[in-house]
Amino acid sequence: MIEIKNISKSFNGTQVLEDISGNFDRGITNLIIGASGTGKSVLLKCIVGLITPEEGEVLYDGRAFLKADKEEKAQMRREIGMLFQGGALFDSKNIEENVMFPLDLLTDMKKDEKLDRVNNVLNRVGLENINKKMPAEISGGQKKRVGIARAIVNDINYLFCDEPNSGLDPRTSLLIDELIQEITHELNVTTIVVTHDMNSVMGIGEHIMYLAKGKKLWEGTSETILTSGQEDLEDFIFASKFMKKLRKTL
Amino acid sequence: MKSIGAYFIFLGSMFVRRESFSSYFKLTINECISIGWNSILIVAITSTFMGAVTTVQTAYNLVSPLIQNYVVAQVTREMVVLELAPTITAIVIAGKVGSSIASGLGTMRITEQIDALEVMGVNASSYLVLPKIIAAMIMYPLLVVIAGFLALYGGYIAGTMTGILTETEYVYGIRIDFNPFTVSFALIKSIVFAFLIASISAFQGFFTTGGALEVGKSSTSAVTKSCIAVLLADYILAELLLN
Ligand SMILES: Nc1ncnc2c1ncn2[C@@H]1O[C@H](COP(=O)(O)OP(=O)(O)OP(=O)(O)O)[C@@H](O)[C@H]1O
Ligand SMILES: [Mg+2]
Repeated sequence: MIEIKNISKSFNGTQVLEDISGNFDRGITNLIIGASGTGKSVLLKCIVGLITPEEGEVLYDGRAFLKADKEEKAQMRREIGMLFQGGALFDSKNIEENVMFPLDLLTDMKKDEKLDRVNNVLNRVGLENINKKMPAEISGGQKKRVGIARAIVNDINYLFCDEPNSGLDPRTSLLIDELIQEITHELNVTTIVVTHDMNSVMGIGEHIMYLAKGKKLWEGTSETILTSGQEDLEDFIFASKFMKKLRKTL
Repeated sequence: MKSIGAYFIFLGSMFVRRESFSSYFKLTINECISIGWNSILIVAITSTFMGAVTTVQTAYNLVSPLIQNYVVAQVTREMVVLELAPTITAIVIAGKVGSSIASGLGTMRITEQIDALEVMGVNASSYLVLPKIIAAMIMYPLLVVIAGFLALYGGYIAGTMTGILTETEYVYGIRIDFNPFTVSFALIKSIVFAFLIASISAFQGFFTTGGALEVGKSSTSAVTKSCIAVLLADYILAELLLN
């Protein structure tokens, strides 16, 4: 479980996150949703330590992350896997080397063990025979899959995904979403997904936190989100004309 | 001023929380190959012409019955070794290596590859930048030595083919009154220049924000700023070491 406590962050005097607290449970897909520019990515980066908030603390199963010393941080980092928006695969390495990279870095496994492990996770995300390809030679959807494979290649406890289905067609999006949910259940990890895609929200939103203008306005599940009664959130969900029409029929 | 402060903080950040020595060793060797090998052709071409042009122009400026022919070669040697080989080559390298360092790191930044490294607990500035700086400081002096020889050779070809001076006069000229310190000075300069070019370009690239357009801007400003830094350092070193 990950707890965040009173996270606040501003850039050059503009408040981007204001006093955000919440819990993200293990074994379910936790979503952080909200319109563009509301600070979802910044919150995620605060949680994984890429950005240091001015205030607040992040607890990984009770272990304070931001206040932790070097060793403790390194240990917690070992348990973290992250999928970035564009995959963030290393251009100069092929797919196999990309997925193996965390193992090279964090374990002293033998080469064959590492290769086994890499092939296992690549299989798990539905990729075969692309080991020797370069990131530039595969499609956007495949990049996300490789990104997921790289995130879970180490025995992780926490999985973070920033906009896992941005830039993908609806069918591929669905497959990626499902993959993330299945992996979360299978590995029993604490997963946090940042998204603004309503399909994901309805599909895999086992716990949802809604952000607007840097504040947490609502929390719930995909079952309760359509009837939240939160005005801002309803505007967010029913943004298009089509959805507005649909809302009237609800 | 603020960015100069940030530059020094950036340099400092490379020396904390490093990875194992062996991984740096491998990365540095790779960078050496890419920096050295990819620059050798352009360095060879520019330095050969540089020497040829210096000889021809010096001869043009020194037409006098009082001056012996070999002096042309002597002047060429002094100019090439002291100034042209290290400094002009540095400008060329700033354009080639500097821009590629900045655009490479800039691309890694905007595509979140640097974030990905940081999440895995890698100190990205030291992992990505230190090998480049070390490789540049190893390879650049070698390139300067090659540039010096080729420039003198270019001068030899131009001088003898155009009949400015004979082969013996040229060889005599480049050997007479030779002060070995000029070579040491050139090597000191080249190490300093290499450090400046690699570190400034890396700094520009590493802190790119935005998109592809900004990567281009970082790379341009990496070249401009490293050229200025090289010329400034050139002047300061001349003051310090030659006076
Ligand atoms: N490093 C930074 N420096 C300054 N401002 C930043 C930085 N990172 C983010 N911001 C600002 O913080 C705000 C929130 O950005 P963020 O990327 O978190 O939005 P988001 O909710 O992820 O949007 P999107 O859905 O488009 O990805 C934006 O106004 C952005 O300009
Ligand atoms: Mg975002």
